[in-house]
Amino acid sequence: MANIKPRVKVPKKAKAGEAIVIKTLISHPMESGQRKDSKTGKLIPRKIINKFVATYNGKEAFSMDLLPAIAANPYIEFSVKLSESGTMRFEWTDDDGSVYDIENKITVA
Amino acid sequence: MQMTRRDLFALAAGLAAAGLISLPADASTDAVEAAIKEFAGGMPETGGVDIGAPEIAENGNTVPIEVFADGAASIMILAAGNPNPGVGTFHFTEMSAESRASTRIRLAKTQDVVAVAKMADGSTKMARREVKVTIGGCGG
Amino acid sequence: MRKLLALGLVGGLLAVGAQGVMADENAELVIDGKTFVTKLKAPADSPFDEILSGWRFRTDETQALQLDDFENPAMISAQYGEELWNTADGADGKSCADCHGDASESMKGLRAQMPKWHEGKKTLFALEDHINWSREEHQKAKPWKWESQEMVAMTAYIGLQSRGMPVNVKIDGPAQEWWEKGKELYYTRVGQLDMACSHCHENNYGNMVRADHLSQGQINGFPVYRLKWQGMGSIHRRFKGCMDNIRATPYKRGSDEFTALELYLASRGQGLSVETPALRN
Repeated sequence: MANIKPRVKVPKKAKAGEAIVIKTLISHPMESGQRKDSKTGKLIPRKIINKFVATYNGKEAFSMDLLPAIAANPYIEFSVKLSESGTMRFEWTDDDGSVYDIENKITVA
Repeated sequence: MQMTRRDLFALAAGLAAAGLISLPADASTDAVEAAIKEFAGGMPETGGVDIGAPEIAENGNTVPIEVFADGAASIMILAAGNPNPGVGTFHFTEMSAESRASTRIRLAKTQDVVAVAKMADGSTKMARREVKVTIGGCGG
Repeated sequence: MRKLLALGLVGGLLAVGAQGVMADENAELVIDGKTFVTKLKAPADSPFDEILSGWRFRTDETQALQLDDFENPAMISAQYGEELWNTADGADGKSCADCHGDASESMKGLRAQMPKWHEGKKTLFALEDHINWSREEHQKAKPWKWESQEMVAMTAYIGLQSRGMPVNVKIDGPAQEWWEKGKELYYTRVGQLDMACSHCHENNYGNMVRADHLSQGQINGFPVYRLKWQGMGSIHRRFKGCMDNIRATPYKRGSDEFTALELYLASRGQGLSVETPALRN
């Protein structure tokens, strides 16, 4: 699947110390390594997103280790409270070493 | 000796009772315990972790799950009835508004979802919740 | 005798019981504050009393995935379709946007009318046919495969521009012959199980086939993201799945048979809101 796309839903503005919900979704088949190719009968090698990290102004805000039992097109939702304006950076790491990333600015007042 | 079906059942039950053969069970019971111990450093006490999940999942490929444990630094999710029990682990930080997160998981069949929380002080807690997975009769 | 056996089989398959995973009957599909028509009184000539979108047959959790465009994984495909819309392709180096401009204006309403008679080609066009025709004719590009990621993304994106509009296919004029053909296919028994579409989706919608809640087989949400597929699929892919299940040899995607059936099914859902790209189990 050549078309791996990250999407995030992040509020543009937040009040200092207020809980805000972050939603993330990345298009990825999360090939478990347990499925067989219907034509060749051979196992399709595992290829998943194994790590997700959200950093804010360079500091880790939330992370997740993922295993093959996470559904295709991984959806991750979490909440943060921020004290200053800045940039939230999201990174998904693939088994093949690729890293998919996206950044969002948040204004904290 | 000719065996009737009833004899076979009796034999199987006897063998099972003697621990010689195992009746159908999750192949991964040991693996589940091992995973919990590795993460928590022992068997945690039950309670203090909430698992949000549908009672019946319409499709095991995509089951929405939410976990919450007040004050947790990380929460690990296991699927006790999957061939491999590991699902994933959330890590919270000082920036977390609360130790709560959601994702969507794969469940091979009806089974318990287990959540183990590790607190900032190193103590651990866990919870189990059964999710029924419907196996389609059709559905193309 | 053959008929009786088949009936027995159908009866056996349909375990009508309390096992069912039913959603709240009063739930409404509301996306971005807009309520979709998922239920309407059927006209007198309809085989149904009420026309019901497939969304209504899903569990609360599955329904919820379609309520929020961010959480609906089908939107990733539509987003990719938008990218393709704006990307030049083919020998003429043109993108869809070069001729058609803003899809939210130029493509608005198209999905609601598909499949549709094409005067130039003198045949009935599914949306996929339209896209490939335009690729060959206007972009000098190679046609996409029916079920390719690109084709599904493009039908999702074009379909999205009609989201919320009522299904409104034309079944008179030159399309009538196709509609008749589709109707005939719908009621024809096929496969080892000797069943027609009508056995499940007309006579038994609302009942369970083991753990599956049978719908009316409405197609107003396609292409859909299906949990079973863990991905997107076309209307014809769904038809193929049904035919495989009743152990019939499926027609090919893009075949005249499937396109005729698509028209007939669309006509049975006239007035339902287009939900493309929807989410199903």
